[in-house]
Amino acid sequence: MTLNGWLQILFYFVVIVLVAKPMGVFMTKVFSRERTWLDPVVRPVERVLYKLTRVDEEREMRWTEYSIAMLLFSGVSMLVLYLLERTQQWLPLNPQKFAAIPQDLAFNTAASFTTNTNWQFYTGEQVMSYLTQMAGLAFHNFASAAVGMALAVAFIRGIARREKDTIGNFWVDMTRATLWVLVPISLVAALALVSQGVIQNFKPYDTVKLVEPQQIQKVGQDGKPVVDASGKPVMDTVTEQTVAQGPIASQEAIKELGTNGGGFMNANSAHPFENPTPFSNFIEMVLIFCIPAGLTYTLGRMTGSQKHGWAVFAAMAVLFFAGVTTAYWAESRGNPLLAGVEQHVSPLQPGGNMEGKEVRFGIANSALFATVTTDASCGAVNGMHDSYTPLGGMVPLVNIMLGEIVFGGVGAGMYGILIFVVLSVFIAGLMVGRTPEYLGKKIESYDVKMAMLYVLIFPLMILVLAAASALLPQGLATLNNNGPHGLSEILYAFTSGTGNNGSAFAGLGPNRWYNLAMGFTMLVGRFLMIVPMLAVAGSLAKKKIVPPSPGTFPVTTPLFTVLLVSVIIIVGALTFFPALSLGPILEHLLMHAGKTF
Amino acid sequence: MKKNLITSILYTVVTTILLGLIYPVLVVGLARIWPNQANGQLITRNGVVVGSRIIAQPFVGPQYFHPRPSAAGTNGYDATNSGGTNWGPTNQKLIDRVKGDVATLQAENPGKPIPVDLITASGSGLDPDITPAAAEFQVPRIAKARAMTEDAVRKVVQEHTQGRQFGFFGEARVNVLELNLVLDSQLPTKNIGQAK
Repeated sequence: MTLNGWLQILFYFVVIVLVAKPMGVFMTKVFSRERTWLDPVVRPVERVLYKLTRVDEEREMRWTEYSIAMLLFSGVSMLVLYLLERTQQWLPLNPQKFAAIPQDLAFNTAASFTTNTNWQFYTGEQVMSYLTQMAGLAFHNFASAAVGMALAVAFIRGIARREKDTIGNFWVDMTRATLWVLVPISLVAALALVSQGVIQNFKPYDTVKLVEPQQIQKVGQDGKPVVDASGKPVMDTVTEQTVAQGPIASQEAIKELGTNGGGFMNANSAHPFENPTPFSNFIEMVLIFCIPAGLTYTLGRMTGSQKHGWAVFAAMAVLFFAGVTTAYWAESRGNPLLAGVEQHVSPLQPGGNMEGKEVRFGIANSALFATVTTDASCGAVNGMHDSYTPLGGMVPLVNIMLGEIVFGGVGAGMYGILIFVVLSVFIAGLMVGRTPEYLGKKIESYDVKMAMLYVLIFPLMILVLAAASALLPQGLATLNNNGPHGLSEILYAFTSGTGNNGSAFAGLGPNRWYNLAMGFTMLVGRFLMIVPMLAVAGSLAKKKIVPPSPGTFPVTTPLFTVLLVSVIIIVGALTFFPALSLGPILEHLLMHAGKTF
Repeated sequence: MKKNLITSILYTVVTTILLGLIYPVLVVGLARIWPNQANGQLITRNGVVVGSRIIAQPFVGPQYFHPRPSAAGTNGYDATNSGGTNWGPTNQKLIDRVKGDVATLQAENPGKPIPVDLITASGSGLDPDITPAAAEFQVPRIAKARAMTEDAVRKVVQEHTQGRQFGFFGEARVNVLELNLVLDSQLPTKNIGQAK
């Protein structure tokens, strides 16, 4: 670890704190339909959009209609993406003449991008046409993020309102999220990224002449290396390199801002064309956190308790620093099994475990990116989590297991942590023997049941499907690592899928079982968790406000922050510790005992 | 229900045009402010495109600086198939690969510890950079192969070392392709007389 490394991490956090308030104030205005400085440009577009899509912007919805509209839109747009993948060979903007995506992979990808997961069982630059990337995948980056923001705001309204049946209009919330927040920031960010070297073009892949021709082993038609009579391998000379191109910057910006995380290229933000410089890396990390951090301020502002917004922010900050410190420490220590290798910090190198990492980011920025992308439900990666040290790789895994509530995904993290807030006040209420209240609303049995449903569906999907995969031959067929690390690969996959994160221990390969099972967990992890969440919102909106009494547990104090952090850790640890101890923890112990697999 | 279904369909169509087509096309237009960056920073030498400045190429000759190992594609450095090994820290394949590379490098520069980035595959398989430590490690070999003094090679390396961006972000690095092209321009490989 270096001083500069820590300063970079601290500087990043300070920027996020500074961004939270202006973003929060702006989003409050946007969702309350107040005037903003963007109105002269954006308001006319909004009006036309409502006219074309037959939306009555004055009409509010109950939580049930809000859910139905959300499900219908997600279903229709998912179907369109599936069809686009299946027909891309006949459509324009396909300079590499890519064929249709196979059925089960097309389903997996459609589920993945609709649910804001962006798990990728394909190599983007080898199979997806520019049109599919833009109009299919990047479109869903906008749409799923806008849906998430709409849901978060609907939930906040549920808390803020009193004795009302409705929680807002789904179409209006989504439209305003898109036009006022996502599009303007993406445009500016995309150009900033181009200036750093993120490519943006429609040209076919370039062919370049290698400076030094490459000797490779000749492979016969049977896929085996060709050998001559004396058994020596026959070599081929390669004189050219083909360089993939594409409209990446426009997709890169919304991929981070919408906490989607699906890379244009297979290597995601580790690819020099997606993330060419340390500064582009910084921009991308700020994009990931700016909306979620802003929403905590929106929470405070819309519910009229700014102190509560900051108390929640503080809980998130504690978990953020715990994660990044562990990851940075573990990765800096390097891999003890590599003999004869200099892994210490020196003035000429940052050292540490560099397998799967890029030199321009080094250890500090790789550890920070891995923490940020899983604190939020982003899932973009600037290094391969699969090659992290056991404890370093456990940080992203645990972050997702805790529910991605540290600033969280765009929208998803907000309602995730609010469910934990409801549980925390419930537990505090039990401890002092009073009916629990949250910002003046009584938390009753219906609310807690729904919150528990939300908390239980999550580990159920992860643990059951991971256990099934560990037993099925299909589940073990495509592992890339043996020993406890293999279990970590499976566990990470279902955690990432159910948590709608999308980052991976990417050695795990696709097959029919994983395409279908992962597609299923992603849909359940999104929609089956949103519905109980909206039910709580609808129930809270109807309630009367009870004036605070001496027995009310205050949700604005450090005590509340401590309780909230404890509830999050206890729920997460109780659920997942046994699985973790068989995966990364066991691997850590065996690694230090010198064992390999 | 029916009303919301109709809106869902219309909304998907209209926003796909807006966000999926107009937005990226607009960015392609505006990206012309930086034509070199937007098109992948291709480098031309004697009228021939010889690479992208920020995409690694394979180099194995003793007269060239070598990039990091690559897991992109079957033979490495495949810029249409990016990716890492995804081998965990206890994977036997990782340990074996490192052991082999360490043996080769130690023979070339005995007694010096090997900088970690030189024997680890990057995440993209296309990492264009090595650390200054990894460049320094290779200086003696290149000096010998090109019949230059070590200090002369070192000077070229120092001139092409990028510090932290704005003096703060990321880590210091040396671009391998750029460095090799500079060496070639000073002394073309074909004039070295096959020094080995």
